[in-house]
Amino acid sequence: MSADQTQLAFDWSCRIMSDNGCGFPAPGLHSFLFKPLATVGGFEFNKVMLLALVTSVLVVAFFWAAFGKAKVVPGKLQMIGEAGYDFVRRGIVYETLGKREGEKWVPLMVSLFFFIWIMNVWSVVPLAQFPVSSIIAYPAVLAAIVYVTWVALTFKKHGFVGFFKNVTGYDKSLGPVLPLVMVIEFFSNLLVRPFTHAVRLFANMFAGHLMLVMFTVASWYLLNSWMVPAAGVSFVMTMAMICFELFVQAVQAYVFVLLACSYIQGALAEHH
Amino acid sequence: MIANLVALAAEEEQNPLVPPGPELLVGTIAFAIVFFFFWKKLLPNINKVLEERRAAIEGGIEEADAMKVEAQSVLEQYKAQLAEARHEAARLRQEAQEQGAALIAEMRAEGQRQREEIVTAGHAQIEADRKVAASALRQDVGKLATELAGKLVGESLEDHARQSRVIDRFLDELEEKAEAAR
Repeated sequence: MSADQTQLAFDWSCRIMSDNGCGFPAPGLHSFLFKPLATVGGFEFNKVMLLALVTSVLVVAFFWAAFGKAKVVPGKLQMIGEAGYDFVRRGIVYETLGKREGEKWVPLMVSLFFFIWIMNVWSVVPLAQFPVSSIIAYPAVLAAIVYVTWVALTFKKHGFVGFFKNVTGYDKSLGPVLPLVMVIEFFSNLLVRPFTHAVRLFANMFAGHLMLVMFTVASWYLLNSWMVPAAGVSFVMTMAMICFELFVQAVQAYVFVLLACSYIQGALAEHH
Repeated sequence: MIANLVALAAEEEQNPLVPPGPELLVGTIAFAIVFFFFWKKLLPNINKVLEERRAAIEGGIEEADAMKVEAQSVLEQYKAQLAEARHEAARLRQEAQEQGAALIAEMRAEGQRQREEIVTAGHAQIEADRKVAASALRQDVGKLATELAGKLVGESLEDHARQSRVIDRFLDELEEKAEAAR
């Protein structure tokens, strides 16, 4: 059923100006549904799950190749790995949490960054061509991990009362508006924050994928009769969108990790 | 076909914001794999190497610092030696100058002394010669005068004159006159 929908996009006969009466096969929610590749005991294993697992394997394999037998004088692969590692460690973790406090969060943040980035990059990889993070489950899992981490950390650091003071932004100097601020902060930090954290990543990838599918399908759909130049424009747009998506993929991975760091920093911050 | 799609959407009630359960599980597993390897194996690995590299670089810097200090001290030593040598040379030159001056003074004094000696000796010689010449002259003059007087008087006055010392007296008078006239 969903396979039928995805195959619509590649229906060869469906072209503009053709008289078989089929319209533009616009991408939609069905573009995010996949036929199971295999079913094991009622568990439907689909393409996105495969890509998620391949992401893990790729990230681990690359860094295993780079850092497995790390040398003081690095080879090319190790140098690239170190550049990526240093980018997250110094550029994000140390920047927000400081070197001393940040050190123990480096493994989590480095894993998050490269896992998310590669999940996003599938969007433009031929044959895969689907960003894993455009399925809400994957960003949600990661956002949940970050959420549990910083909430637990806040409890551990400030105790029960301190936790509520921390998440409600308790500050006596606010005077009469303090109750209002506390309510807003409570909702914003405890309820909205994990949602926005996950959705920010999900929605960017979701929208990016829609755009890519739309221009790709349009390039084919328009390739008929006198609309061929329009197909050319659509094709150029596809290329431009691929470049733009490459940028967005990295930026979203960066933003996700940066926010995770800033949540942890908030959990560690002293409240007066 | 559109109808088909709508029917499908209605049937599945697909909401992109509601995470499907199996995907949550797969996502957790996938991330757990990455995190586990990074946490337990890969990052400790690279951190160790980075630490070693840092130590190596710092060691290199320390070594370079030590070399610099040594070079500095050698330079100081060299400069000190050079200054000492210059000082020594100046001292030697000064000494040589002084010695030379002393030598010249000594030589000059010696020359002066020798000159004076020679001059004194010359004077004494001249005096002696003059005396000898004067006495010889006196004798000759007396003899000539006596002979002349004898020729004039006609008799030899020689012995008498010698005895009476006339000539000497005469000559002494002459000398006195000359002294007075002078």
